[in-house]
Amino acid sequence: MHDRPRAATDPERERQAIADAIAEHRALRGATLPILHAIQERLGYVPEAAVAAIAAALNLSRADVHGVRTFYHDFRSAPPGRHVLKVCRAEACQASGCERTIAHLAARHGAALHATTADGRLTVEPIYCLGNCALGPSVQLDGRLHGRATPARIDALLAEAAAEERA
Amino acid sequence: MTVTVFVPRDSAARSVGADAVAEAIVAAAAAGKHDVRVVRNGSRGMLWLEPLVEVAAPAGRIAYGPVAPADVPGLFAAGFLRGGDHALRQGATAAIPYFARQTRLTFARVGVTDPLCLDDYAAHDGLAGLRRALALEPAAIVEQVVASGLRGRGGAGFPAGIKWRTVLQCAADQKYVAVNADEGDSGTFSDRMVMEGDPYLLLEGMAIAGLAVGATEGWIYLRSEYPDARTVLVAAIQRARAAGWLGDDLLGSGRRFDVQLRIGAGSYVCGEETAMLESLEGKRGIVRAKPPLPAIEGLWGKPTVVNNVMTLAAVPWILQHGGAAYAAHGTGRSRGTLPFQLAGNVRRGGLVEVPLGTSLRTLVEEIGGGTASGRPVRAVQVGGPLGSYLPASRLDVAADYEALAAAGGLLGHGGIVVFDDTVDMAAMARYAMEFCAIESCGKCTPCRIGSTRGVEVIDRITAGDRREANLALLRDLCTTMKDASLCAMGGLTPLPVLSALEHFPEDFARR
Ligand SMILES: Cc1cc2nc3c(=O)[nH]c(=O)nc-3n(C[C@H](O)[C@H](O)[C@H](O)COP(=O)(O)O)c2cc1C
Ligand code: SF4
Repeated sequence: MHDRPRAATDPERERQAIADAIAEHRALRGATLPILHAIQERLGYVPEAAVAAIAAALNLSRADVHGVRTFYHDFRSAPPGRHVLKVCRAEACQASGCERTIAHLAARHGAALHATTADGRLTVEPIYCLGNCALGPSVQLDGRLHGRATPARIDALLAEAAAEERA
Repeated sequence: MTVTVFVPRDSAARSVGADAVAEAIVAAAAAGKHDVRVVRNGSRGMLWLEPLVEVAAPAGRIAYGPVAPADVPGLFAAGFLRGGDHALRQGATAAIPYFARQTRLTFARVGVTDPLCLDDYAAHDGLAGLRRALALEPAAIVEQVVASGLRGRGGAGFPAGIKWRTVLQCAADQKYVAVNADEGDSGTFSDRMVMEGDPYLLLEGMAIAGLAVGATEGWIYLRSEYPDARTVLVAAIQRARAAGWLGDDLLGSGRRFDVQLRIGAGSYVCGEETAMLESLEGKRGIVRAKPPLPAIEGLWGKPTVVNNVMTLAAVPWILQHGGAAYAAHGTGRSRGTLPFQLAGNVRRGGLVEVPLGTSLRTLVEEIGGGTASGRPVRAVQVGGPLGSYLPASRLDVAADYEALAAAGGLLGHGGIVVFDDTVDMAAMARYAMEFCAIESCGKCTPCRIGSTRGVEVIDRITAGDRREANLALLRDLCTTMKDASLCAMGGLTPLPVLSALEHFPEDFARR
């Protein structure tokens, strides 16, 4: 599991993560995506400063790198909450009731799609298919897949995550 | 004597607790001084029974499921290590009707073996196709694939052998095999199950494709939504290299083929083959105009075979048994088997590999058992988000390329999503437009802007605002999207929208 992102950004930590990611992947052909992924794995998001650094390292224009960073849904521009819950809202999960799960997250946990809770605990993002379409609704909590994610199951998962945090 | 117990490592099984079950079995075995070896296999595809635990009993493999950690002490008490009776006992795995009626060619090994064990792979027919290919001239490999009738399983259904022949006939200093493992369609997971449950099968299929067309490099484009598949593939590539199954000296033949893995970043349109190539090159996933075909100018501008995971995973069997043996299955111009995926609100969801041409009714009702909710089936969507909705009354159509096209739909990647009678089909039509707006690469106006307009128009229709005029507008919009979009994203989004409108007009007129 990657290191839990903090709420505030830290320029020194960003600089280090960007430099490490570039050093690790710059020799690849078509290295932009692998580098962006590596930065997000380290920080939980891809800071603006990454654009110029990647452009310089790969001999690309800043516009190109900026275009890539903003084209793909995976890359966040700001730190997420301490936990990230991705909720599938594609057709198969709709057929299995994901809209109920999404409504429950908002009503019970104060967590709307695309938003982070006020206490910085949880970010909820939509996702379009996790490949678990026979066991929906499906969610991914901090990178880990869960099926049959009914409201009750969501409560249990979030309680577990909170307990782990306290431990 | 050591007893082998299988608990899947497939991410669907893990999503409902397979890891905790495996741990509970290890702990209970240690406590009771039972000599147990737990193997983390792929999934048998009977996903409603996951976690499905199997015991290698003297009489063969016996299945228990769905098993929760709390069931484990009871299973030991019931003597499950000898195949003992228990409420969760499903009998011999191979005799479970869901499984027994399948024709497993591509999925023959999935769930049977330890996915990363090289010896297991070799002992269960692995590498037979590659060895055969190494003994053939490239053109003869291609002819086997042509003879099999295998068509692209990613959605477009283009004959694989013809594509390979084009690449073979291109003169170039470098060619590539690019695997489309983006599996973005909702309701599909067969690619994932092979990558997690039998990864060497994909690598073998890629190597055969490389030998056939003269490519020495293979690239896999795997979606980021599949972290477990990534873990398995990374390990499989390493082990295959170390064993000489990949690399500079394929099985001691002196021929070269190696593979690298790249991860997508949450974009549906990057499953479109030219957007995928752009993404592999590190760029935005903007669709390229065709021609040139990727077969002629593909990855890094070189001739490239782009195939879906299922297409390549069918190839080792075809080489081992011959193209004619594969073509003996199926119907019309839809040859062979298809690993269908039963998804959504379905009682027995899972992976069902049967000959092409099996009817949707057989798949949804007989095999799938109808809805999970127990309510009547109202609609099914076949072929992912760009596939049409069919009402329950139309399920007698054969699931093959031509019959589905004739019924106004498409087979796509073989995903079948079942909805019960609580579904609001106007909401599904709206969602199709919304999804297109979210995922459009932005190159063509009808797709980029038309989809957003489509959402607004459907909202007006369902709100009862000048319904007739707005219905006419929606149909016009769909015609424009169909006719003036560069790729199937904009071009086929009208299918789910108009089929919902055609078969379920009452849902658009509630207010
Ligand atoms: C919007 C869009 C998304 C697609 N997504 C996928 C996908 O996720 N996986 C796939 O194999 N093919 C996908 N395709 C089809 C590919 O463009 C292409 O036909 C396929 O990779 C060719 O391989 P095949 O002949 O083996 O099917 C998609 C097409 C479109 C238009
Ligand atoms: S139809 Fe849509 S996704 Fe396809 S090329 Fe045009 S804008 Fe891009």
